[in-house]
Amino acid sequence: MENGSATKDFITLLVFAVAILTMPIWMAPIGANYPDLLQRFAIYGIFAIGFNLLFGLTGYLSFGHAAFLGVGSYTAVWSFKLLSMNILPALLFSVLFTGLLAAVIGFVSLRRSGIYFAILTLAIAQMSYNLAYSVLTPITNGETGLQLRNYDVRIIDNLFGKVATEGIPSTNLFGITMSGYSGFYFSAVVLILCFWISLRIFRSPFGITLRGIKSNQKRMGYTGFNTRPYLLAVFIISGMYAGLAGGLLAVTDPLAGAERMEWTASGEVVLMTILGGLGTLSGPMIGAVVIKYFENIFSSIGDQRLLEIFSWAPDGLQHALAYVVSPFVGNGWQLTLGLLFVVIIIFLPGGLVSGFKRIFTKLKPIAKGVAKKEAKKEGADTGEAGT
Amino acid sequence: MSKIITSKWSRRDILKAGAASGIVAGMPMFYMKNAFAANYLNDPGSAAAVTFGFNVPQTGAYADEGADELRAYKLAVKHLNGEGDGGMIHTLKPMSLKGNGVLGKKVKYVTGDTQTKSDAARASAKRMIEKDGVTMVTGGSSSGVAIATQSLCQEAGVIFMAGLTHSNDTTGKDKRRNGFRHFFNAYMSAAALAPVLKKNYGTDRKAYHLTADYTWGWTQEASMVAFTEAIGWKTVATVKTPVGAGDFSQFITPILNSGADTLILNHYGKDMINSLTQAVQFGLRDKQVNGKDFVIIVPLYSRLMAQGAGDNIKGIFGSTNWHWSLPDAGTKAFVKSFGAEYGLPPSQAAQTCYVQTLLYADASERAGTFMPSEVIKQLEGFKFDGAGNGPTEYRAADHQCFKDVLVVKGKEKPSSQFDLLEIVEVTPRAKVEYKPDNKFFAGGKLGPANNGV
Amino acid sequence: MAAFQGRSCECTYSLIHYSPGLDVDAIFLQIINGLDKGAAYALIALGLTLVFGTLGVVNFAHGALFMLGAFTTVSTQALLTMSMKIRDTSITFFEAYKEVPYLQVWWGDTGKAIIDYAVPISLLLVIPVMLLIGLLMERGLIRHFYKRIPADQILMTFGLAIVLQEIIKANFGANPIPVPAPEIVAGSAQIGSWLGMSDAIVYPWWRLIYFLFSLLVIGAVFAFLQLTTFGMVVRAGMHNREMVGLLGINIERKFTIVFGLGAVVAGLAGAMYTPILPPDYNMGMNFLVLSFVVVVVGGMGSLGGAVIAGFLLGILQSFASMNQVNSIIPGIDQIIIYLVAILIILVRPRGLMGREGVMED
Repeated sequence: MENGSATKDFITLLVFAVAILTMPIWMAPIGANYPDLLQRFAIYGIFAIGFNLLFGLTGYLSFGHAAFLGVGSYTAVWSFKLLSMNILPALLFSVLFTGLLAAVIGFVSLRRSGIYFAILTLAIAQMSYNLAYSVLTPITNGETGLQLRNYDVRIIDNLFGKVATEGIPSTNLFGITMSGYSGFYFSAVVLILCFWISLRIFRSPFGITLRGIKSNQKRMGYTGFNTRPYLLAVFIISGMYAGLAGGLLAVTDPLAGAERMEWTASGEVVLMTILGGLGTLSGPMIGAVVIKYFENIFSSIGDQRLLEIFSWAPDGLQHALAYVVSPFVGNGWQLTLGLLFVVIIIFLPGGLVSGFKRIFTKLKPIAKGVAKKEAKKEGADTGEAGT
Repeated sequence: MSKIITSKWSRRDILKAGAASGIVAGMPMFYMKNAFAANYLNDPGSAAAVTFGFNVPQTGAYADEGADELRAYKLAVKHLNGEGDGGMIHTLKPMSLKGNGVLGKKVKYVTGDTQTKSDAARASAKRMIEKDGVTMVTGGSSSGVAIATQSLCQEAGVIFMAGLTHSNDTTGKDKRRNGFRHFFNAYMSAAALAPVLKKNYGTDRKAYHLTADYTWGWTQEASMVAFTEAIGWKTVATVKTPVGAGDFSQFITPILNSGADTLILNHYGKDMINSLTQAVQFGLRDKQVNGKDFVIIVPLYSRLMAQGAGDNIKGIFGSTNWHWSLPDAGTKAFVKSFGAEYGLPPSQAAQTCYVQTLLYADASERAGTFMPSEVIKQLEGFKFDGAGNGPTEYRAADHQCFKDVLVVKGKEKPSSQFDLLEIVEVTPRAKVEYKPDNKFFAGGKLGPANNGV
Repeated sequence: MAAFQGRSCECTYSLIHYSPGLDVDAIFLQIINGLDKGAAYALIALGLTLVFGTLGVVNFAHGALFMLGAFTTVSTQALLTMSMKIRDTSITFFEAYKEVPYLQVWWGDTGKAIIDYAVPISLLLVIPVMLLIGLLMERGLIRHFYKRIPADQILMTFGLAIVLQEIIKANFGANPIPVPAPEIVAGSAQIGSWLGMSDAIVYPWWRLIYFLFSLLVIGAVFAFLQLTTFGMVVRAGMHNREMVGLLGINIERKFTIVFGLGAVVAGLAGAMYTPILPPDYNMGMNFLVLSFVVVVVGGMGSLGGAVIAGFLLGILQSFASMNQVNSIIPGIDQIIIYLVAILIILVRPRGLMGREGVMED
């Protein structure tokens, strides 16, 4: 993958785009083909891809990235409230504002590396969360979350005479309502764009420098190379990705809650990235889909639904199967998620993507009917998380 | 987990439902808006079943409460479908349900996990609305979640029947036309508690408030301050504590020599358990200040949570929406059928969820449709009795139920693990009622009903 | 905006009624409280930094170990209060049962007394149980991750933590479970009158015991590492693992024991904390962030640093929570720990007592 030529990259992008845009079709058999979840896949994909630019390329583990997600959402909702229900200014402000914030936070935290950097970002994010939940309630509306109201000013909308009738107007892109499938397709296009930018960064000299920093910052320092500007730049880009994702969350559902900034939310994006494949192009996206799928679908499988799923089995077996599976779904979905983490990290070092790769390399020779044994040997220890 | 076996769904029903959902899943992606030319969102049309969405916390701090709510919901569905002993269907008056489902349709349900987070709750509710086609979403164990879900349901165009939510805002500044709350609120708690406190502790008290630092805590505190000051109490200090602080000792030590003789804990859930346990450890209950015994008050009680505080709740006053030991027919019928099903008495959260489901079903039956605007008309101003709270009214102006409020006390000698609270007084509705434009509730508008099309 | 009402108006209440009597008594109380909190923080962080310093593993399951310790105590209590079910005739709606512990049935008041001492008794169980859990964890999982990147360690230990707490939830429910301290130490100590200060100064016996217990455990761990040959080898291993290995010492084996020790310390911290904080399955996660902050402020891998940082953060948090402080800087109690962490990491690059090169490449 590393020496991917332009054509190869184009194919990667094309495959990715097709896979994302056709999600409503191929997600149907697993019950994930409804707008809200598809939107979440796309949005958290952006979040994770952006996070991967920082963590995957440089090895700097930010444990406070959720703060950018939250701030992006708040900015977007305020833009809806004060300026316009059009999503472009909202997203623009989300990205710019989080970029600015990331510059400040990055400037402070990048003075340290390793776990000290992680704790600095964590501390800043937790401070934001705690304040948003309590003291900053006038700005954030605290626990309830910042909501749109009938009497919001919406200066730009009102300038153009779009006086709201009864009820709250919906977010739109020049008249196209951004809920449901249109919201998903919009997020998907943004996601593909973000993926492309990420691809370009991976391939650029900038990306190669960042990987250099990861593999040996000290040595680069000895050569008189100042790594800080590079790190700060990628930190800001990564923060803007998160801000964009936060803005999109508000676009598809105009409510911003403080819990988006809690450390567990930061932890979630770390897990998505590692689960999918740290430092890989598509890994973070896959991780985001897996975790959001568990959160939304596994959690909703109750007793009734289980019996439906096993309705193909004879009566006795049906109940037996449901009984065995029930601790792992519904209120036990987190148990399954935790087990998945442990199992994947033990058997597939480097995340899901490396697992797919291994299967691929194993299958290739089989398909060609040659040299099976060598492939097996090769697959054994490729802990290539950094590629 | 063993409850799976008790499901009365026949294999045929499930096969049919499975086939139906398979067909739906195979339909073009835009089926939601166009394929059915419906009058309202998720119109079951001529389908044999209607689906309700039960959105409760299944993970996180309120998971046990959520589990109890889910039990109540499942029981309600059974009773609606004419299974089991019918519970409150026989005691609720007026009642138009006949135990054959709603409008002749069998009631199905889907569940979701709110994780006690607004985001997750909305994601879960959206799944129910977009994927499972529910006509009504109900649930919640925290006001933030309830308010967030309520506004979502308003925007989407389905009915929201709030579960446990106690903040004034739910039917105050955040009220919505499509949302209804049966549970009582912070104002009612304070109004009901004040006279009892006056009778037991007199008019000369200095109160110190510890308050969970978020919207519910603030409305609770403001209500308690207003009502206790009206009976002559002084407020020494109101201190905000971070939610989920765990160790509250640094907030308790300043109470010791503050001159206060009363501690009011505006905490709920784990915060309440921890702060109460720790306050008792600091000897506050054995303390004498100004020649009076130091007392602690917990304005909102929950029996499930009281279990966590153990012996510390003994003798402590608080309020509750309902308690299983009430003697009326509705309570008895409900507790009997809940106890028979699960072997334990229902919590107040379970009761409010059960009643909400029945009320919605009944209103739909009377309306002859699940169309939100019509169901809303039936619920607004609806007067009923026999649901365990005495005569009750769903006030049209703010969609808040008005009914009696229970003032309770931690029992000194509990006879069993369920028998933790004793009812001190049933404060009549008139004493806790307020005008819709009361300053604690002003600022919101119900707005128009939304049918989602 | 209506949202403005909330906080601002209540602040005026406190200003009107509260005459800030920032007296010696109040400050004295906050100092004791800070030391008490600090001891708990230090104890929780100690195991984490021990494991990190020796094994170099970022253990996100440390909070879960703390929680498992607490639930060992809960289980002990449950064992001691195993009950005979007697039909409760006072409840007529359904079949309800009263529960009377067998111990009480068999031995009367002696049985009652044994149940009363559930927490101290449980400590006897906590040590072997946690040692076993620690050894199993290290041999079964952690060991395979020494050479893996920290990201893999994080995902694995985090996943493990989730699994452990979900198992606890499935067995004990999500609600906190009350675990009272023995009756004899249930109340408060009259510290004020002992010292000739105000009678209002009291402090719970159990918290004083926890404080002393923490000092004892911390002291024991230090003594173990400083005074025994085993400790000497481990300390050498912390500095240069390869070198010690080359000397022909089986450092792997030693590290396994260190991990077990870390688990025991976390477990003891959790078990003794149960009367202060009724345990629930999620308590570990709540302490996880805090313990990491303490460890990092102290300096990764530094035992002394963790202890000092624990006390520092405890005292600062205690003072920041005073109404007088909070009315000057609203919300300071919510962020003080993080604020201090940021400042210290910025001013002292490796925490208070950290060594160079730890977790930086």
